[in-house]
Amino acid sequence: MATTLAKAEEAVEHAARIEHVSKSFTTPAGQQLVLDDITVDVAPGEFVTLLGASGCGKSTLLNLVAGLDRPTAGTITTDGRPALMFQEHALFPWLTAGRNIELALRLRGVPKPERRGRTEELLELVRLKGAYGKRVHELSGGMRQRVALARALAQESNLLLMDEPFAALDAITRDLLHDELTRIWAETGVSVLFVTHNVREAVRLAQRVILLSSRPGRIAREWTVGIPQPRRIEDAPVAELSLEITDVLRGEIRRHGQH
Amino acid sequence: MYCVGRSAAMASTETQPAQDAGSVEAGLDALETAAAGRPPLRHTLVNKVLPPVIAIAVVLVAWTLLYPVVDDPSKLPSPAAVGAVFKDAWLRGDLLGYIWTSVSRGLLGFFFALLIGTPLGLLVARVKFVRAAIGPILSGLQSLPSVAWVPPAVIWLGLNNSMMYAVILLGAVPSIANGLVSGVDQVPPLFLRAGRTMGATGLKGVWHVTLPAALPGYVAGLKQGWAFSWRSLMAAEIIANFPDLGVGLGQLLENGRTASDMAMVFEAILLILFVGIAIDLLIFSPLERRVLRGRGLLVRS
Ligand SMILES: Nc1ncnc2c1ncn2[C@@H]1O[C@H](COP(=O)(O)OP(=O)(O)OP(=O)(O)O)[C@@H](O)[C@H]1O
Ligand SMILES: [Mg+2]
Repeated sequence: MATTLAKAEEAVEHAARIEHVSKSFTTPAGQQLVLDDITVDVAPGEFVTLLGASGCGKSTLLNLVAGLDRPTAGTITTDGRPALMFQEHALFPWLTAGRNIELALRLRGVPKPERRGRTEELLELVRLKGAYGKRVHELSGGMRQRVALARALAQESNLLLMDEPFAALDAITRDLLHDELTRIWAETGVSVLFVTHNVREAVRLAQRVILLSSRPGRIAREWTVGIPQPRRIEDAPVAELSLEITDVLRGEIRRHGQH
Repeated sequence: MYCVGRSAAMASTETQPAQDAGSVEAGLDALETAAAGRPPLRHTLVNKVLPPVIAIAVVLVAWTLLYPVVDDPSKLPSPAAVGAVFKDAWLRGDLLGYIWTSVSRGLLGFFFALLIGTPLGLLVARVKFVRAAIGPILSGLQSLPSVAWVPPAVIWLGLNNSMMYAVILLGAVPSIANGLVSGVDQVPPLFLRAGRTMGATGLKGVWHVTLPAALPGYVAGLKQGWAFSWRSLMAAEIIANFPDLGVGLGQLLENGRTASDMAMVFEAILLILFVGIAIDLLIFSPLERRVLRGRGLLVRS
């Protein structure tokens, strides 16, 4: 409670604020500019997707926001340490599903007697009641990503960063996890910055879609998605907006073929 | 404000689809996770116990057939003669004593090697300067047969127990340290990054992420360390042959040689082999299997 008060006093109006961020890597071929002057604000409780072709610097940007790497220029401020969910589940194979979640609680300083109960709650939230004692390798891909989601939620960050978390899943499982993520987002009020190269996924989930161009990654355009939740990926308005975004994305990619 | 707006939107459509999703998910989960049980006892007996028993029987038969062909008990004793030596030692109450003298030396020495090798491995793995300074020497030492340490150890320490412990340490410490180093090196960077986003940095990161992730490499190092220290201990026992040091398996072998008693030599060799296999089977293999199985790295055929 004390922390909530402190936050209220600071009057936080962003879950994340990315200002004029650039990032270049030193490669044998010289300096390679990957991100160029990116400015994005994520409001508290907002769901934003970053959309871009493969290799445009989406993961690089998320790593910067997560504090795993430093920007070459610009500043990033977040409201506390964000939780990051990776494309691969990144669960620890030497721990059971439940213990993976408990570790996140423990590192956050949750006292031992409370951890077990909280873990069961989180498992229930991702509809994996009874999976506490399961080893990571005993779970299917979809179940692993749900445990990873529960582990990220266990950090109780105000900002959840997701790096193409459903890219490796089959379409049926992905659809279900979209529903779950929308539900959990509504229930917890967490802000989400979700990275994907799947246009329909971006539109299905987000309140705002930001399109990144490639080489270097720049913000090409932005759409506000007014379609009410719950949406389905097959819904006509979703398809319609996806089509529009895809056309712009193709235009962006085509530009690269011209020189 | 956000929450209110959103839940209103959620409430306006019926909650039917969400519940539906839950049950579909449960069905998918059930489809995708196969139940794995323990194999029945008969299965274990036929697959695991029977083959080595048959192999031993074949060796005994070949030995029995070969014995009259060689026809020289000072070169090849009969299985019965070797059996009699075992029986005598057992009746005298010496058999377990031979084994215990060597095994207690080996395990105690190995325990000290563990205490030295583990922090050493951690230092080499984590501190750049230490790695540059002694990393190459440490991995080079692994290819040096640890028996080579016996002569210098005898010169430094004399023919006594501390010389034997020194030889065990020199054999096992590099393996244990190297196992830990390669275990740490092979920790996927993804795990380290995942740990960092959860707040596992510094010592917390070492304890909660690096060490458990490096465990398979560490256990492999322990296993190899034991094999090395057992071999070098036998070499040391053959050389440091004093009655007041107690008769271990190496001394037994040497005594057999000086007495030209081939049955006793066979007895010693069989015991050394047996102890080496037994320790591996009782301690290191189960440890390794447990570590690997917990991570799904061991497939049951
Ligand atoms: N550590 C690094 N050193 C050098 N170059 C890097 C490094 N990390 C990323 N890059 C380069 O930056 C570019 C963007 O990489 P990034 O992984 O952020 O792309 P992405 O948009 O996440 O792609 P994908 O959709 O395939 O995951 C790539 O061209 C990559 O080669
Ligand atoms: Mg990526």
